[in-house]
Amino acid sequence: MKANGAQIIIESLKKENVEYMFGYPGGVVIPIFHQLFNAPFKFILSRHEQGAVHAADGYARASGKTGVVLATSGPGATNLVTGIATAYMDSVPLVVFTGQVSTRMIGNDAFQEVDVTGITRPITKHNYLVQDVKDLARIIKEAFHIAGTGRPGPVVIDVPVDISNAEHKFHYPEKIDIRGYKPKYEGHPVQIEKACKLIEASKKPVIYAGGGVIISNASRELRDFVKLTGIPITTTLLGLGVYPETDRLSLEMLGMHGTYYANHAVNESDLLIAIGARFDDRVTGNIKTFIPNAKVIHIDIDPASVSKNVLVDVPIVGDCRHVLNEINKMIKAPSIDPWIKEVMKMKEEHPLTYDQPQKGMIKPQFVVEEIYRLTKGDAVICTEVGQNQMWAAQFYKYTQPRTFISSGGLGTMGYGFPAAIGAQLARPDKRVIDIAGDGSIQMNIQELIVAVQHRLPVIVAILNNGFLGMVRQWQQLFYEKRYSHTCINFAPDFVKLAEAYGAAGIRVEEKEDVAAAIKKALSINDRPIIIDFAVNREENVYPMVPAGKSVKDTIMRELA
Amino acid sequence: MRQYVISVKVENKFGVLARVAGLFSARGYNIDSLTVSATEQDNISVMTIVVRGDDRVIEQVKKQLNKLIDVIKVTDHTDLPCVQREIVLIKVNAPASKRAEIYQLGEIFRADIADISPKSITLGVKGEPDKIDNFIELLRPYGIKELMRTGRVSLVKEQ
Repeated sequence: MKANGAQIIIESLKKENVEYMFGYPGGVVIPIFHQLFNAPFKFILSRHEQGAVHAADGYARASGKTGVVLATSGPGATNLVTGIATAYMDSVPLVVFTGQVSTRMIGNDAFQEVDVTGITRPITKHNYLVQDVKDLARIIKEAFHIAGTGRPGPVVIDVPVDISNAEHKFHYPEKIDIRGYKPKYEGHPVQIEKACKLIEASKKPVIYAGGGVIISNASRELRDFVKLTGIPITTTLLGLGVYPETDRLSLEMLGMHGTYYANHAVNESDLLIAIGARFDDRVTGNIKTFIPNAKVIHIDIDPASVSKNVLVDVPIVGDCRHVLNEINKMIKAPSIDPWIKEVMKMKEEHPLTYDQPQKGMIKPQFVVEEIYRLTKGDAVICTEVGQNQMWAAQFYKYTQPRTFISSGGLGTMGYGFPAAIGAQLARPDKRVIDIAGDGSIQMNIQELIVAVQHRLPVIVAILNNGFLGMVRQWQQLFYEKRYSHTCINFAPDFVKLAEAYGAAGIRVEEKEDVAAAIKKALSINDRPIIIDFAVNREENVYPMVPAGKSVKDTIMRELA
Repeated sequence: MRQYVISVKVENKFGVLARVAGLFSARGYNIDSLTVSATEQDNISVMTIVVRGDDRVIEQVKKQLNKLIDVIKVTDHTDLPCVQREIVLIKVNAPASKRAEIYQLGEIFRADIADISPKSITLGVKGEPDKIDNFIELLRPYGIKELMRTGRVSLVKEQ
């Protein structure tokens, strides 16, 4: 079949069974939009390209499929950059099409020209500039393959407008072979055996599971592994939900704002079993004092993650699911009863908690607890970045993978709401709730109209404290309480704003009204709802291991 | 900090050089030399990178290089038995009174006289990097006007 480049793109996306494409039009992509008009998949028009790429990211994280984005050249492409970097840091599969000026204009400072492959090189798994229409179908096939396999990530395809218009026979390759790209899924059997021996001989082991377990859909295998060994498990921020936090062996999240028991158990462990996690500085704190007595087993698909920050005793390069399956076949439970007792005692003595408020005042943690209670823990939670994100991580108990969606590595404010739109499209069967701050929500508020247009009942729970709370917290604790430019109580009326967009708006100022507001929001099914919770203004996130410090420096609560 | 020689077999495609160089520059590492060479296969090039750095960081860079889709193979030649060659062009001050001496030095190093003028001689030498270092040192007293090294190429010796 003879087709032009634009048609080849649409036909290729059909072959990849694309369900949704997210994007925004512009000059050099008009030929592609011309073909999109009749495409069998849905196009979601954002109101800013950043909204489109975050929505595709949220869709990908909620569904496990690859998110697809289309934007124009120049500013369209640069507006995607934050979203591409966000996906890159958190290993989210995206295929991003950008328009480019005509091949003969490239390098001439043409109108709306930027060097997209140059700009996105360090924040993509791979990128392409299409120079000949006959390469286009193969490139798209490769892009989906690269984005979705191994350690997933975003792939950018920059398509000059003359390529979109040029004609060629459409042929979508069945198979491709990229000799420089052969991800390794099976772990080395010798390493797996070594790991099993180490586990069986350990006295104080802890499992530290990350987003990699969710990406490889290994939640079941991980649960089996815990069941077989009885080893307590903590997860990273991106690992939330991979193991039920309601289970007694769950230590919930570790790291800077992790639970006391997770951080102390890891610190005192004699064996740390890292699975699909990368020893981020927000997890380890001071790397020199991190796990002083522990050997380390590290299961990860990315060889570059192994021994990057922490030296590993038994590295196993492979897919978490494959490797856990192999381990589960041969592992015997270690005898660790005294250790479990010790860990349970920590859990009992230092629970995750917060100071109860004076009468009427709304604590942000309470709002999160109420959301958990009233959704019965069955929602998909998205977050923005900062205090809202940490409270959402701490006080909602996650039990299923792909139900916590948050920008972990890059920490992108403005991520949560557009991601919630993508997640809601991926999971029409679930309530999707964006736990937001009054700062973050204003970064991509324009996407509200997208949720209204598509009748997506996304709930935005703004924990409104009139501050850029996390930075304010650091200013309070480490910068002499000088609240330089973090006070943002010069704010819009979020209820009126919601109504102006055609969404529902609810304002809550009393603790007694929190539950009713959430219930009311949950009863609305045909449009987004903003609930503006006026929360305690100077509430801090605890526990906190200050940046670069160790567990013993943990701040547990407000100092009087 | 030690000097590393890393050999990277890559797809012969545009943009590969930027991807490879970017991994070093992003870490603030200055590359001592980098050569891109054609190989026995049309669509494969080899980059020979000489760089100074901290062990763990270089280890990390090698892993990152391996992750690049267009990189086919990364080999660390630092501690392997290798044959290495480099070419240097040196323009040195050569008044009539010094010319004979410079010719003699050149002969010892099998240099070829690439150019000659009333005031200077340009010599070309190929060889192992050490040999080139020595040659440069011997010519320095005469006054080097311009010098250019190609950067090395390196092949692992047949066992």
